[in-house]
This record gives sequence, structure tokens and C-alpha cells, in this order.
Amino acid sequence: MFDFRSFDQPTVILLLTNLVALVLLIGVSRFLKTRSESEIDMNIVRSFNKHILGWIVVVAVLATALAFNWVITVLFFWMVSFWAQREFVTLTPTRPGDHRTLFWVILVFPILQYVLVGFAQYSLYSIVIPVYGSLFVAARIAFANDPERFLERIAKIQFGMLITVYALSHAPALLTLEPLQTWNGQLGEWTLWQGANGGLLLYLVVIVQISELVHFAVDRMFGKHVIAPKVHATRSWEGLVAAAGVSAVVGILIQIFLPVTPFQIYGSGCMALMISVMGSSGSMTMAAIKRDRGVIREGTFVRGHQGVLDQIAALCFAAPIFFHVTRYFLERPDVEIVHTPPVQTLVDHGLWWI
Amino acid sequence: MKFVTKLLMVAAAKLFSGATLRWVECQPDQCQRIYFANHTSHLDALILWASLPRNIRGLTRPVAAKDYWVRGPIRRYMARMLNALLIDREKIKVHNSPIDMMLREIGDQYSLIVFPEGGRNTESEMKPFKSGLYYLTKKRPELELVPVYLNNMNRIMPKGEFLPVPLLSSITIGPPMWLEPGESKNAFLERARDAIKRLKNI
Repeated sequence: MFDFRSFDQPTVILLLTNLVALVLLIGVSRFLKTRSESEIDMNIVRSFNKHILGWIVVVAVLATALAFNWVITVLFFWMVSFWAQREFVTLTPTRPGDHRTLFWVILVFPILQYVLVGFAQYSLYSIVIPVYGSLFVAARIAFANDPERFLERIAKIQFGMLITVYALSHAPALLTLEPLQTWNGQLGEWTLWQGANGGLLLYLVVIVQISELVHFAVDRMFGKHVIAPKVHATRSWEGLVAAAGVSAVVGILIQIFLPVTPFQIYGSGCMALMISVMGSSGSMTMAAIKRDRGVIREGTFVRGHQGVLDQIAALCFAAPIFFHVTRYFLERPDVEIVHTPPVQTLVDHGLWWI
Repeated sequence: MKFVTKLLMVAAAKLFSGATLRWVECQPDQCQRIYFANHTSHLDALILWASLPRNIRGLTRPVAAKDYWVRGPIRRYMARMLNALLIDREKIKVHNSPIDMMLREIGDQYSLIVFPEGGRNTESEMKPFKSGLYYLTKKRPELELVPVYLNNMNRIMPKGEFLPVPLLSSITIGPPMWLEPGESKNAFLERARDAIKRLKNI
């Protein structure tokens, strides 16, 4: 039942370092909370706290899922998608005519997508939602005999599915990206990468999280040039650049001390930079969606749920790009697969009931 | 067995509705109450009942339409689990008034969930209330009348659909009200309706 193949030593160390760092940050913000109100704005501390707690949950659950099995990890991401998508659809008004389409979009396509990811069917899961899914949505709504605001409705439903299901599913898909090659400097040639793919996924999550936290902190402390005040009141260019810079440095440091990815040292820096910029774009996009829907004020509607979308927006944007760049440069389709796909492994071992 | 199916039903209702429950100027209490809510979906009664705290849930009985809830074995079973009071909407007569039946059934122990609009509503505005709520409180003036606003249920399962879609919803429970001395039927029903409307914007 346990499958520690997702973990190698550097991955475990990175994971632990990350958790310890987050817990320390919680400690710092607890400390800030005890100081008098005049010195620091309590709202910032509270919001910071919420961010960090969210990340601790994500990293802890991800670590547990990876420790158990790849399938559990895929399942975990499906649940996150499910929750985020309900949040998304709840926030965007639909008409009664969309009901049956929503049934497909929330309960059928996501499950199909994650099953395909679990079986590592790249040629299917990379197109099933953008091609079949989005055409289906348009047609199904047309069949429902309600032409009112037709284009607007299909756009909302398609976009929600694209971000919360399709894009996010590329994060667990990193586990199926095999075999990867890596440049061996000593031999002066490409060799097969022997590391564990859990490291790639963890790398993505860690960089997104560092980028978001730095963005948040720099915005509040040094943010002068707000990017788009109508969309988000505090996200600034300073924060964006600082987040990208810090992420790149962290990417380089990770690769020097805890090589969890097949990238070169400078390559890891570039990847981290790209993840950070994509993550910032994702958060900005989500802010725009929320502004459009008028839920930027502390929501009265889905209070208690609101937050999954916020928490994963950056990850949703970074995951597919990170996945595809890695795949384009490092996958070796000519070499036979080292490991069988996760779900297939279970089926082969007769463990499918787990 | 009954205990387990009840728990499963509550869990399924909560999962499918993603309901958040808010108490506004009102606390959960085991005293006898009449929860009255806007009605947009067949799931309303189930979700509201399932979202109440467990000790209150056991003492609360939804009032539901007989013609819907006796059709088919699954619905009949669910109605029994909910301990629902089924009202025959077609045969309302003076000597067999549903009000008397409700008061007889709740005794001095149970609370009720009622939907005073009388049927599911598809418009965004609530329909005018039926007079049942007035007669209930007239006969038992000490019962607390608690307004409840259900948001988004109609999108989880709209009228005419049979499969629910798991979106999120919210339930807002407002401050209790009573019949004022000398208040007319229409004024009271209007006030009750406004009490729900007010919860919409809180």
C-alpha cells in the first residue's frame, strides 16, 4: 500500500524544511499578533496567517498522499478540483437551462480527466477537456433550448472547467512524466534521470508557495506601483518582480543543495522564475474574476468555503506550463518507461480496490 | 440501521449542498420553534434539516407535500427518515385541517420546518405567504417563529430536474418573531415575509 518511490532523500529533506519554515512563519505571525496594534496592521497579519495555514494544509496533505500512493495523490487533486469548481460555479450565475450541462461539467469530465491522468494517457488527458469538453458544453447548452446570454454562459462554464480541472490536473500529471533525461556534466552527455517524480511536484508547490508569500509580503511592505488597482488593490510590480527574483534564487539553491529535479542549476532558476510569473498571473486572474462577480469583500454567500479557489489559483496557472516545458525539453519518448503508470501498477498487483 | 442511514443521508445532503449555516441574532435551542423558509427546491427540507445541529435535528420535523413524498419507495423512505409531516395539498378541509394535524403531531416537544409559500418558487421574488403560519401561531402563540433564508438551492436542484448538481449554498437563520397582539393576518404574513427578505442582505 505504501509507495515510497515518490520520495527520495532530497525530496524528503525539502519537504521537511518547507514544513518547518511554514511553522516558523506561523510562530512569527503569532508573535506579531501579540504586539500592540499601532505597530503593525492586524489585518495584514491575519491575512498572512491564513495564507500560511492554507499552505501547511496543502503541503501536509500532499506529503501524506505521496507517501501512500500515486493514486491517492491523483485522488487528492481531484477533490481539490471538485471543491474549487463548485466554488467557481457558485460564484458565476447560471440559468436553469444549464443544469444538466453543469452535471456533466462537475461530475463527469473531471472524473474522466483524473482517471486518464492516473493511467498516464497523455494523448487523451491533454485534449479531453479543451476539445471534447468545451465543444460538448456549447452543444449541450444549445440543446437545452435557452438562447439567453448563450455565449456568456458557455464561456463561464468552459473557463471554470479549464482552470479548476484541466490546468490543475497537470500537477499530479507530473508524476507520470517518465522517463526524463538529465544532462550529466561529468560524462558530457544526456542520461536518464534517476530521481523521483514526487520531487518535481513538490518543487512546483514549494516555488508557487514561496512566490505567493513573497509577493504578499513585498506588496504590503514596499508596494508603490500597484499593477491594476481596479482588479486588486495591493498587488504591485515590486511584489511581482521580488517574487520572481526570490523564486529564481530559491530554485537555484534547491537544485544545488537538494537536487529534486532533473534540471541544471541555471535551468532550475529559469523554471522557478517561470513558475513564479505564471503563479502571479493566476492570482491576478482570480482577483479579476472575483471583482467581476463582486465578491471581493468578505463574502456573505459562501463564507467558510471561500478560499480553495484563492489558494490554488496560482498553482492552476503554473502547473500546465511547468508540466509542458519539462515534458518538451526533458522527456525521452524513445526510451522504454521505467515505471508503469500509477493506476496500472495497482491493477497489475490486484490492488485496485485501494 | 436507521441511525446509520440517517447519518449517511445527512452526510450526503451536506456534501451535495455544501451548505454553510449562519445563525444571525439567533442561537440554536431545543425549545419548540417553527422554522419558516423560502422554497425553491425539493431539497430544501432535507438540506435545512440536515444542516441543523444534531440535538435539534432529532426534534425537528419538516412539513412536506404528500403528493411528492409518497411517490416511489426512495422518497417514502426518505420522508420516514426525516420524520416528515406529510400534508395532503388537495384535500384541505375544515374538519381535517392540516394546522390541527401539525399541532397534534408536534405536541410539546417537536419543532417544525414549514415553507409558507405553499410550493416551490421559480421567480427571484418570494410568493405571498399562505395563511397557515398565521393560524399556527394564533393557536400556539408561545412558539418561536424563526425565519430562514435558503440561498442557491434552486441551482443545486431546480424545479423539474431529478439529478442534483453539487454546488455550494448557504442557510441564514434569523431572529425569532411572534404574533403581535391585535396584528391582522395580512400584516403578520407580510412581516414574516419581510423577515426572510431581510436575511438575504445580511
